[in-house]
Amino acid sequence: MKIEKGEKMLKYISKRLAYTLFLILLVSITVFFIFDLLPVDPARLICSKQCTPQIVEANRHKLGLDVPVLEQWWRFIQGLFAGRTYGDGDIAFTCPAPAFGYSYPRHECVTTMIGKAFPVTLSLALGAFALWISVGVSLGILAARKKGKFADRASSVFVLVGTSLPTFITGILVVLFIVLQFNIVNPLELGDWANPFTDPFGWLKAFFFPCATLALSYAATYTRFTRSNVIETSSEDYIRTARAKGLSEKVILRKHTLRAALAPIATIAGLDFAGLLGGAIITEGIFGLNGLGKMSITAVLETYDLPVIVATTLIASTFLVVMNLIVDILYAFLDPRVRQS
Amino acid sequence: MTKFLEVNNLSVGFPTPDGLVKAANNVSYSVDLGETLAIVGESGSGKSVSNLAVMGLHNPINTQISGSAVLNLPTGPVDVITADTEVVRRLRGKVMSMIFQDPMSALHPYYSVGDQIAEAWSLYNEGSKKDGLKRAQQMLDLVGIPAADKRVNEFPHQFSGGMRQRVMIAMALVNNPSLLIADEPTTALDVTVQAQILSLLKDLQKEFNMAIILITHDLGVVAQVADRVSVMYGGQVVESATADQTFYKSIQPYTIGLLDSIPRVDITGSHRLRSIPGQPPSLINLPAGCAFAPRCSFASEVTDNKCRVVEPELVEKRADHFARCHISAEQLLDISASRAGK
Amino acid sequence: MSENILEVTNLTKYFNSASGGIFNRKKGVVKAVDGVTIKVRRGETVGLVGESGCGKTTVGRTVIKLYEPTNGQIIFDDQDITNLKRREMKSIRSKMQMIFQDPFASLNPRHTVGTIIEASFTIHGVKPVGGTKKAVGELLERVGLNPEHLNRFPHEFSGGQRQRIGIARALALTPKLIVADEPVSALDVSIQAQVINLLDDLQKELGLSYLFVAHDLSVVQHISDRVLVMYLGKVMEEAKTSELFLSPRHPYTKALLSAVPIPDPQLERKRERILLQGDLPSPMNPPPGCVFHTRCWKVQDKCRVEVPQIIQIAPNHSLACHFPEPAK
Repeated sequence: MKIEKGEKMLKYISKRLAYTLFLILLVSITVFFIFDLLPVDPARLICSKQCTPQIVEANRHKLGLDVPVLEQWWRFIQGLFAGRTYGDGDIAFTCPAPAFGYSYPRHECVTTMIGKAFPVTLSLALGAFALWISVGVSLGILAARKKGKFADRASSVFVLVGTSLPTFITGILVVLFIVLQFNIVNPLELGDWANPFTDPFGWLKAFFFPCATLALSYAATYTRFTRSNVIETSSEDYIRTARAKGLSEKVILRKHTLRAALAPIATIAGLDFAGLLGGAIITEGIFGLNGLGKMSITAVLETYDLPVIVATTLIASTFLVVMNLIVDILYAFLDPRVRQS
Repeated sequence: MTKFLEVNNLSVGFPTPDGLVKAANNVSYSVDLGETLAIVGESGSGKSVSNLAVMGLHNPINTQISGSAVLNLPTGPVDVITADTEVVRRLRGKVMSMIFQDPMSALHPYYSVGDQIAEAWSLYNEGSKKDGLKRAQQMLDLVGIPAADKRVNEFPHQFSGGMRQRVMIAMALVNNPSLLIADEPTTALDVTVQAQILSLLKDLQKEFNMAIILITHDLGVVAQVADRVSVMYGGQVVESATADQTFYKSIQPYTIGLLDSIPRVDITGSHRLRSIPGQPPSLINLPAGCAFAPRCSFASEVTDNKCRVVEPELVEKRADHFARCHISAEQLLDISASRAGK
Repeated sequence: MSENILEVTNLTKYFNSASGGIFNRKKGVVKAVDGVTIKVRRGETVGLVGESGCGKTTVGRTVIKLYEPTNGQIIFDDQDITNLKRREMKSIRSKMQMIFQDPFASLNPRHTVGTIIEASFTIHGVKPVGGTKKAVGELLERVGLNPEHLNRFPHEFSGGQRQRIGIARALALTPKLIVADEPVSALDVSIQAQVINLLDDLQKELGLSYLFVAHDLSVVQHISDRVLVMYLGKVMEEAKTSELFLSPRHPYTKALLSAVPIPDPQLERKRERILLQGDLPSPMNPPPGCVFHTRCWKVQDKCRVEVPQIIQIAPNHSLACHFPEPAK
C-alpha cells in the first residue's frame, strides 16, 4: 500500500518537473523574442565615440545578434551545458558552463556576475523572510486571540501603515530618519557585502535595515492574513469538538487551530520568498546593494545587456516555478484531503 | 431522588447591540444514568444553548449564564455553572461528552481518525501513543466500523457521513463518560443511517449505563428513543413528562399543535395538516406573558387575557408531568384524548 | 392534449468527475441518473424519494433542463424538449418552474422581494393586466404574505416566509408544472405544515402539477398522489401513495419505511425494524446487477449479476426486483 502511494507521488512529481522544465524553456524563448523586438540596438550602444558601420557590424557579430532569434536562443541553451566561447582570435575567451552569456559593458562572464550578486539577494530575501514571518505571524496570532481588544487594534494600525507604505518610501524614510540621523551605520558602508559566516556583524550592518524595510509591507499583509485565518479557523466545528473533548485552550490553539490556519500561509510564504529570489529591485536600489535586482534593472534601463537580462529573468522565473511545485507538494503533506482519494 | 444531572433555572443570555438575547430562560431538566432524555424544540428554542452551558462550551466573554447544572458524581456534586473553568474542563470528555450535528465539519481534517480518538484518550489516561491508537481501534470496532485496524489511520474525509458520526461517538465515549449529550446527531444523515446510529446509541447506553440527552426537532426520533421528554419553546421548557405522557396525554398547546402538524408515514389518506400559525418568537423581544400565546389557539379562551399578560410557571400538573400553561390540565387532556383516538 | 403534463422516458444523466487527490487523478463518470421513467398527469403530485446520492435532485434539475440530459426523452406539455437549446427553452420555462430547498440561498439578498418576483415577468416580456406591481401584490397575498412588503429585502423575512416568496416567484407566470426540490426540509417543523398546506391549496386552486423531490418520507406521503423510490440513480419502486406505504414490495422500500421513525412511542416499541448494513456505495462505482444487492438481506446470485427490469406487479404498481416482497 505504501509503495503504491510512493509510486504515485513519484509519478506526479516527475510529471510536474517535466512541465516545469518546459515552462522555463518557454520563458527563455520569450525573453529572446521580446528583446529582439526592442527598438534599441545594443550593438550601437557598446560602440564608443568613434562609431562606424563596420564597427557596429563587428559588434553585432561579437554579440551574436547577426543570426536569427531561435539560433541565438539555441546557442544560449548549449552554452548553459557546455560553456561558450566569445569573440574570435586572440581576444576570444571562454565562459565555463553554465554559461549564461558574456556582458560586454561589464567585461565579465554573466555567470561570475550572478555568483557575486546572488548571495546579496539571497541574504536580503532570507533576512526579510525571517523577519516578516516571525513578526507578521506572531502579531497575527496575537491579534486574533485578543480580538477587539487593544492589541488587536494596535496591530490593525500596523497593518494599515505597512500595507499603505510602498517599499521605496519606507526605504527612503529609513535611510533619512534612522540611518543618517542616528549614525548607526556609515551610509557609505551600507551596501557593502560581508560574509555572514565570517563577519556576522558586518553582514548585519549591511543587511538589517534593507531587510527590515523589505519585510515591513510583507509583515503587515501576513499579520492581516494570519489574523483572519486564525479567527476563521477558531470558529470551525472541529475546534468546538476539541474543546468538548476537554483539551486546554493552549493545546487547542497549538495543535488544532494553528495547524489548520497556518497551512495556507506556509504555501503563500513560499511563493513570496521565491519572488524575492529574483531580486528586490527597489530595496537594493535604495540601499545600494549589488544584488540580482540591481543587476537586472541596470541591464534593462541602462546597458541593454541582453545576456544579463536573459539570465536574471530565467533565474527569477525558475525559482518561482520550482517553488510552485514545492509548495504544491508541501500542501499535500499538510492537508491530507489533497493527497489521495 | 437525585438524578445524575440536575439543571435548575438555567438562563443563558447574549448581550447584543440590539438588546439581550434570552436564548435560555429559567430552564430546568434532569436525567439519570441509563435514562434517555429527549429535548425537543425548533430553532431558537434554546435546546442547544442550554446544553452547551452544561458542557461549559460557551465563550465566557459575551455570555451571561446563571442558574445551576449539578452533576451528582460519586465524589460529590459539582455545579458546572459556578465551578472553576479548569474543573469543568477536566470533566469534559471524562464525565460528560457531547457530539454534534454535522459530522463532516466536526472532525479535524488534518489528523487521522485514530490520532483524534487517541488524543481524547491520552488526556485522561497514562500510556504511549501506540496504546492510544490501540484503544482508538477498539472503539472504532465497538461502534461498528468494519476493518477498524486499517481505518484507524485514515482521515475524516475518507469516511461517509454515517461512519463519521460513528467516529464521533467513538471519540466521545473513549473515556467511559457517564453523560452523553447528542445535539441533533442524525439530522444531517440519511434515514437508514439514522436508524443505525440511534440503535447504536441505545446499545452503547446499555453497555456503559450512560445518561443520554438527545437534542432533536424530530418527534419521530423522540418516540423512538426517549424515556422522558422536555419540550422547549422560546428559550423555556414548556412541558416535561415521560414519552408516553408527551405523545398521548400532552397538556401543553404547543406540543399538541406540533403533534398535530406533522405528517406520518403510517397514516395515509389526505387530511389537512393542522399547522401552527405565525412564527417562533424573537428572543430579544419576547412577547409579554406566555411566549406561545400569539400562536396559541386556546389563548383566547382564558379569562382576562391572562396568557398575554402573565407568564405561566412550569408547574407539576400531574404526577411527574410538568407544563407551563394557564389552561387547566383537564381541558387540554380532553383535546389530547380526542386526537389520540382519531 | 394528452393526460400527462410530463413524460420522462429512460432519462440518464452522467457527470464527468475527476476524483482522487493530486497524486491520484482518476477520471470517472458519476451515473447520477441511470434510466428513469416518470409520468406526471395534469393536476397530479408525483413524489420522488430516496436517500443521498439516489439522483432525485438531478432528475428534478434535468427535467427542467437546468442540466442537459445525457440520454432519454423529456416530453413536457406534449412537446419534446429533450434537445431544445436554451433559447428555445425560454418560452417553455414560463410553464415549468422550480422551487428550491434553501430559502436563504435562493433569493438574491440585494433585490427587494418585489424585484425578485417582478423579474419573472420582465424576463419573459409579460405585461400583466393592471400592471406588474398589482400582479406582484396579488401573488404575495396568494401565498399568505402582506402585499405591502414588496419593498422589503429577503433578510427581513423568516425562513418560512422566504420559501413563500420563492413559491410566489414560481407562480408568477402561471406555470403548469412545478418541480419542488426539498421545499420544506430547511424549515422548522411548525412552519413546514404551513408551507405544505399552501402547496396543497395552490394545487387545488390553480390545477398545478407537482414533481415533489424530497427525502422526508412523511412529507412525501402526505402530499403525493404517486411515489417513486430511487436508489443510486435507478427507480426501485413506483406506486400510488397509499399502496406504496401500506404495502411496499421492494426490499429497499421496506427497509426505508421501517427506518422512518413514527411519532408514536408505543408503535415504535412494537415495530420490527429492518436495519440495512453497510454504507451507500459510491455513485461513481455502482454495484453490478441490482444496484441495491450489496445491502439487501434477501440477496441471491441472480441479483449480483442481472439488472432487474421494471415489472408491473399490480395495477399502477411497478418495481425493479428479482424477488419482490409479498403483498401485505
